[in-house]
Amino acid sequence: MSEDSIISLQNVNKWFGDFHVLKDVDLEVKKKERIVVCGPSGSGKSTMIRCINRLEEHQEGTIIVDGIELTGNLKNIDSVRKEVGMVFQQFNLFPHLSVKENITLAPIWVKKMPKAEAEELAMQQLEIVKIPEQADKYPGQLSGGQQQRVAIARSLAMKPNIMLFDEPTSALDPEMIKEVLDVMIDLAEGGMTMIVVTHEMGFAKTVADRMVFMDEGRIVEQAVPEKFFNNPESDRTKLFLSQILNH
Amino acid sequence: MNEITESRKPPVATTGILGWLRMNLFSNWINSLISLFVLYILIQFVPWILNWTIFAADFKYNFNGEQIINREMCSRVLDPENGGACWAIIYVRFYQFMYGFYPRDEVWRVNLSYAMLVVAVVPLLFDKFPFRKHFLKFTYIFPIIAFFLLNGGFGLESVSTNKWGGLLVTLVLGCTGIALAFPLGIVLALGRRSNLPVISTMCTLFIEFIRGVPLITLLFFGMVMLPLFLPEGVNMDGLARVLVAVTLFQSAYMAEVIRGGLQAIPQGQYEAARSIGLSYWQMNMKVVLPQAIRISIPSIVNTSIGLFKDTTLVIIVGLLDLLGIGRGALADTTWLGLAYEVYFFVSLVFFIFTFAMSRYSLYLEKKLKTGINMGAD
Repeated sequence: MSEDSIISLQNVNKWFGDFHVLKDVDLEVKKKERIVVCGPSGSGKSTMIRCINRLEEHQEGTIIVDGIELTGNLKNIDSVRKEVGMVFQQFNLFPHLSVKENITLAPIWVKKMPKAEAEELAMQQLEIVKIPEQADKYPGQLSGGQQQRVAIARSLAMKPNIMLFDEPTSALDPEMIKEVLDVMIDLAEGGMTMIVVTHEMGFAKTVADRMVFMDEGRIVEQAVPEKFFNNPESDRTKLFLSQILNH
Repeated sequence: MNEITESRKPPVATTGILGWLRMNLFSNWINSLISLFVLYILIQFVPWILNWTIFAADFKYNFNGEQIINREMCSRVLDPENGGACWAIIYVRFYQFMYGFYPRDEVWRVNLSYAMLVVAVVPLLFDKFPFRKHFLKFTYIFPIIAFFLLNGGFGLESVSTNKWGGLLVTLVLGCTGIALAFPLGIVLALGRRSNLPVISTMCTLFIEFIRGVPLITLLFFGMVMLPLFLPEGVNMDGLARVLVAVTLFQSAYMAEVIRGGLQAIPQGQYEAARSIGLSYWQMNMKVVLPQAIRISIPSIVNTSIGLFKDTTLVIIVGLLDLLGIGRGALADTTWLGLAYEVYFFVSLVFFIFTFAMSRYSLYLEKKLKTGINMGAD
């Protein structure tokens, strides 16, 4: 593990039953680095980032996040989850809570923050994602793009050092993708360490410090965007890029 | 151009009473036939029932204006052709129906408990109730107050539970059973879904055992076997033993109902809760259970209504609930043969409570559906 890595995956292997979903994955992420992970479906991208906050358990290898190794130790898992925010494809907002309550839930209960302070914090986060006027609505009353921005605000309210995005725009109608990507770009410019699984190659080109291409559970290629898009090394990367860029 | 965009009224034939009749009762000849048949039955029976229960009925006095004190004085015994129900049996024994054999001097304690029950429950049921937070504090301590009030202690004369009866026993069993079984059911439901094999096996065994056994068996168990498990010298009250049985029975059903609700919560909710750092209990209390319970409301009310009615089985182990008092009244030779009146009255009391529960669940479903659009993703 290099000195300035904030996330380090070494030789990580994982199986779903007999299915070998992650094969010897090595990945080092530096502080403030923006990584975009892409690859065909079923290549293990989501599983890999879900291992980073232990929504999935890896069976071999080591994962160290912000100096904490992820093992069966529940205390470690809890402290890692406080450091790592995650945004899901399906938003996963809590439908029985208002937008504001969605955001204040974790600060109040995990960080024991007073309610008034948490609400102030929630409004700040809603300003960041540009929908403060929706604070008192319920998730079901919002559009998909707005819901995803609330989900981002909910994660940010825990002041994470790292944000994981698991195909954040895949469930959105095309006209809503931009509003979510804009928020993510702002976040990246603010210096957040980010790992983003996405097929939005325009976003990748503007934001990513490094592209990671996965196929069949392995990291096949890692490169800066310019090299990755213009001059990829592996044939599988070339094939993948030709399929998603020329449609 | 304006005429095209302007909206028109619907055709006359589909609105108003006539339109409603046509659409709902006489839309085709089979429906018309059924409608006429039902109408015929209603015309035949409704006036007769109203007449028997109200217009031709005796309440306190018979048709000669004499106060009724035994069955021979009932109008329907004196004149079987024209006499209606003889409610005097209920009138005379009303105290027993409400309180059993609770001492008359102490009955204010039961009445006060009934009144406090209303104050404790109503704010719990309606979340717009003014000063609800303060009332709910009372709801939490109400069971303790009611226990000492009804049972005695703190200077109040002790009233043994074998003097309790009628609606008092029915309400104590029903309310306590439902109130205790709810949290117990939640714990059992979570336990059954636990990742720890010891806990989930224990909960599953408990639930399946209790559900596989009739309530009567559990009542006998409570009466006969429970004392064997208690340390020597500890004598457990009869009503309390039955309460244990009823609560265990209800909690197993409640657990299965809530587990059904839990299964409807998408995995993403758990993952989102975990990803923002909530612990297992925080995740369940704040995210999963509120949604799961909301989904299960109709079934929760359903099993609660079931339990409320099943409390009548305690007659088997010698407790006199509302129905038990009714059967006692029928066995009284002065009132022999007034079974219609007694069963009608007991049914009516049960119906009032269960119907209120059922309407409340409908109200709740409607409110939750309109307040929060849970369906939209």
